[in-house]
Amino acid sequence: MSSAMTATMTAQPLVSTDGKPLVAYHLVRWHIAAAVISLIISMSAGFLYSLQFLGYFPFVNNEILSPGHFRLIHTNMAAYGWLVNGFTAMCYYVIPRLTGYRVWSAKLGNLIFVVWQFILLATIGGLVMGKAQAIEWGETPTGFRPGSFEMNWVPVDLLVAVGAVLVIAQLMVPIFKARDQKFYVTLWYFTAGLIWLALTYLMGNIIPEWVLPGAAGAAVTGLFIHDLVGLYVTPMGWGLMYFFVPLILRKPIWSHSLSVIGFWALAFFYPLGGVHHFLISPIPDYVEFGAITTTIAIEVVVTTVVVNFFMTLRGKWSALRTNMAIRWFYAGAVMYFITCLQCSFHVTWMFQKIIHFTDWVVGHAHMIMYGTFTFWIFGVIDWLWPRIVKREWYSNRLRGWHFWLSTIGIVIMFTDLTISGLIVGFMQRELNPWSDMVMASIPFWWVRTFSGGMMITGLLCGAYNMWMTARSDREYVEDAHYIAVEAD
Amino acid sequence: MERFYTLAFVAGIGCFAVAFVLSFVFPWMTIDDYHGTQFVDWDQLAKTPSSSFIELSEDFPDEFTAAFPGGVNSENYKEALRLGRDLYIGQACWHCHSQYVRVVSNEMQRFGPPSNVQEYQNALNQPHLWGTRRVGPDLSREYGLRTNGWHIAHLIEPKDVVPYSIMPSYGFYFEENGAPKKEGFALVTYLQWIGSEYVRLDQEAKAKASASGEGGQ
Repeated sequence: MSSAMTATMTAQPLVSTDGKPLVAYHLVRWHIAAAVISLIISMSAGFLYSLQFLGYFPFVNNEILSPGHFRLIHTNMAAYGWLVNGFTAMCYYVIPRLTGYRVWSAKLGNLIFVVWQFILLATIGGLVMGKAQAIEWGETPTGFRPGSFEMNWVPVDLLVAVGAVLVIAQLMVPIFKARDQKFYVTLWYFTAGLIWLALTYLMGNIIPEWVLPGAAGAAVTGLFIHDLVGLYVTPMGWGLMYFFVPLILRKPIWSHSLSVIGFWALAFFYPLGGVHHFLISPIPDYVEFGAITTTIAIEVVVTTVVVNFFMTLRGKWSALRTNMAIRWFYAGAVMYFITCLQCSFHVTWMFQKIIHFTDWVVGHAHMIMYGTFTFWIFGVIDWLWPRIVKREWYSNRLRGWHFWLSTIGIVIMFTDLTISGLIVGFMQRELNPWSDMVMASIPFWWVRTFSGGMMITGLLCGAYNMWMTARSDREYVEDAHYIAVEAD
Repeated sequence: MERFYTLAFVAGIGCFAVAFVLSFVFPWMTIDDYHGTQFVDWDQLAKTPSSSFIELSEDFPDEFTAAFPGGVNSENYKEALRLGRDLYIGQACWHCHSQYVRVVSNEMQRFGPPSNVQEYQNALNQPHLWGTRRVGPDLSREYGLRTNGWHIAHLIEPKDVVPYSIMPSYGFYFEENGAPKKEGFALVTYLQWIGSEYVRLDQEAKAKASASGEGGQ
């Protein structure tokens, strides 16, 4: 661990080389708050959308508040509201600590914060006005009519590109200043991940919309969906785990070699799997086979990383009981392994022909985005929030409710949607009438809505707890919460 | 290895570029050169207004003229297709209806012939709308299957036409008496267009085969 990281463990305020405070804590606080609010909006929208499947959607025959719009709000607020705000907050906290340099400018940070929240509002506005872009996971309005340059809304995509460039500049400055140091694993991921984010966003939002139609455009869309998850969310998530797990457990990561393998194999294999979102399609078969092979290779990469995380926990298993952040991290890591293992099977044509187009995929997406990456951010928030608002957690019981409602909720949802996907997939193959497939799904959709309700309740417990913590008058005492360091 | 420049240029840009070439540039070149596809632009797509567009103008003459001054012409037909596609995207129809038929899972029995590359090489498939989820059925072989009246009734209240449907109502695109507003005309025109490129290409190929005496059916 670097000296900056060790310094985190003392109650001393950290200062940069020029004597100013190292970390701009207000930016961490704001971005976390914005992230949690976005997640509440996203999950409420998802819950409302799920009611359409049951026939209880509240807004009937309403052009603005139609179910499709809630679906778009659900995914886009999860991606650009929750994950991006959350990861940016963590970067503001972690990068100055690992490099010893402040981010470029706190004022720029304020600007980025305002621009980013404006982007979210303009996105919600654009989506309900029907200005979505037809790119999955990138429905943020282009501001132009599809495939043309006739302006019809705020050009959100352009703002996102500008915002992303500002974020990258802001965070790359300390990394660049520290370029002669030996980087810790987290910084490998953050350096590459920030560059990947910019390239991925530009590629996915420009090519299918304005450059190429049909199958070639679909290949890029697949690459975009995949890279956004694999080259932004994954590196950020792994980077956070590599930083916070050793910090909280007070011991180094188990194997440096596995870290190196994990990073370079991610960089090489992960982006090659993009086309697997449109298998058995008019995209050339050799490209599909390449994507399938590399996707299976990713499972090997994931295994090295997960093994590394779990071997680090060896000898400290009791932390799962005593430390809530560790519990979130490792619950997330277990679900991560399950999802990735599932992926290496269902990416094959044998599974694809049955499960593609069904709820199986929906379950998979929720497990990875909620069960893993959201859990990891929750874990970081659990550890960080008392330290940045300088107050003790308001209620330990609510922390427990948040964890267990989320965990049980996502496990039920995943199991339910996986089974439903198999049933409907086989019904499709056996040429059952479409109405039969809908009828067969309805019980599963009830369970899905119920489990989603559990997850939202958990989140509201957590958010209320954060709010009351920030308002409480119980000062946070630093060292009280560290796990006792014992000789292994 | 794990230094700033290696991370930024080899991992950050290099690995991204390799993947970009392998999973985008290669398929694009294959589609373009090997399959010899031709891009069908707006002018070609809208040159001949479809029969369903003409029927709409005959069934709802007053509303049609109010929505599309000038009546049936290729300019109005193009605008209807575009607006219909805008609505299809904006209302996220493409998140519950796919637009490609695979060669597996008996989809050729259920929907029709499998998708080919050329049928997507046109302005209305930029951005493409393949979709990744089928809550409702695939739409790419719907061309010529249903009447305008079926589409209008179904969009106003899906349950009236398909009892078990869970599709939301899109009645706000239609007047009280069922006559379409401009959006309604556009949406029906677009829905009636989906799949027409496959049929056109198929007919052309058959005509060519029989003309050259190669055993056209």
